[in-house]
Amino acid sequence: MGDPFAMAITHAHASGMGGMRAAGDLVARVQMTLGMKIEDAKKYVADKLKVAISELTDPVIINEIRQDMQLGVMTPTPGCAKGMEAKFRIAEALDIEINCVNRFKQRASF
Amino acid sequence: MGKIVTRYGDGTPVELSESELMEDLRAGTEDAADRGNIPPLTDDELKHLLDIFKLPQKFVSVEPGNEVIMSYDAGTLKIRRVGVNVDRIQALQIYEKIMGADTMELCHVDYSFKPLKPIVTMEQPIMEQALMSTHVPLFYGAMPNLGLYSQPDGPFPNPSELLPSGKINEARESLEKTVEDAVKDIVFVGGAMYESGADGINLDTVGAAGDADFLASLIAAEKLRGKYPKMCIEMSMAGEFILGMHGRLEYKGVRLAGLYAHDQVKLAEKAGVTIFGPVVNTNTTESSPWNLARAITFMKACGETATIPIHPNMGMGVGAVTVNDHPPVDIVSRSSKAMVELVRLDGL
Repeated sequence: MGDPFAMAITHAHASGMGGMRAAGDLVARVQMTLGMKIEDAKKYVADKLKVAISELTDPVIINEIRQDMQLGVMTPTPGCAKGMEAKFRIAEALDIEINCVNRFKQRASF
Repeated sequence: MGKIVTRYGDGTPVELSESELMEDLRAGTEDAADRGNIPPLTDDELKHLLDIFKLPQKFVSVEPGNEVIMSYDAGTLKIRRVGVNVDRIQALQIYEKIMGADTMELCHVDYSFKPLKPIVTMEQPIMEQALMSTHVPLFYGAMPNLGLYSQPDGPFPNPSELLPSGKINEARESLEKTVEDAVKDIVFVGGAMYESGADGINLDTVGAAGDADFLASLIAAEKLRGKYPKMCIEMSMAGEFILGMHGRLEYKGVRLAGLYAHDQVKLAEKAGVTIFGPVVNTNTTESSPWNLARAITFMKACGETATIPIHPNMGMGVGAVTVNDHPPVDIVSRSSKAMVELVRLDGL
């Protein structure tokens, strides 16, 4: 319960990692896939993206990296990886398995 | 010294002097310490909380670099609930692209595993389509909700009717049967959604129907972990304390009734849960400082014992967030900041 302005938006601004606006979704994936505590998950992603841990929530720095690595961006431009395409790249960049990417490969391969 | 504007647990504004506020902080942490048999917050931690409440800004936040992951229960319901007429995939995209969500959860309006079982084949394609067009990790979530397994909603005699008439053994027997059925439903639906590509399954509001509810969730998590070793399983609790509706149910030799978060998390770990979501309820007649100090005391004990990531619940009515459909930003942001800064946690 609680309206989204009060709950989701307030928490996201007060203490969230910004989702795919920065590297929040990537840290979340590592935590969910490898069961890492937050500091380990942040370090893992920072090392993979070759940035400092403090830069993981910087939208300017991370957006450039996401564009370069085709990891999906908030404002999709023509030709950039989107949705499932970006998740293929995320799995590769973070060296983790993504359930739906594996499923897509199984369904799409001949 | 001027008054500090804060609120009661129902959101009503109140002005407290610095000494009154500190008194409430101390009473809140002592209440938690007494109930949970855990250490109270230190003087430095209470001072830190006082400083957060004294900040003049309406909105406050953690310092850069200290941010944590956000996970959401009943994710897509929250958009429909406020009357915004978008479908669920659009709701996921709104959270992802407009609200900065780190993860998101697809769910059905009938948010329990039992009613989802017969319609899971209608849920799977939604998840499969959502996964094609979104980027953040997607959970599929629902509640164990063991209340749905007793009459008149389910097949088994209602323990809430049996207990007042002194039929203790019959009530216990009924609860044990609900556990068996609930486990089957959770494993069936959770497995189906995972096989459709979900990044994780969220067992939400666990323990709402008491110790049988918690037991069903632990057994279901164990079975899902056995069947899908790589699945992310999040277990989010309903309340701070496991109600002993049965009273004698155990998991791996530990009696479930009466457990607080720091003991609940150890069982979640044994069951193979990936992320644990502990809860502390908000008391509407106490102040926000009292509630926040109390919530942080419980969560600190949980965070210090947990070896798996924990995401304390900070939604309406829990984690010192006020019991009101429109929780004020001043209290939500203060609670958010304080929880992250004082508890060894991994997300909210």
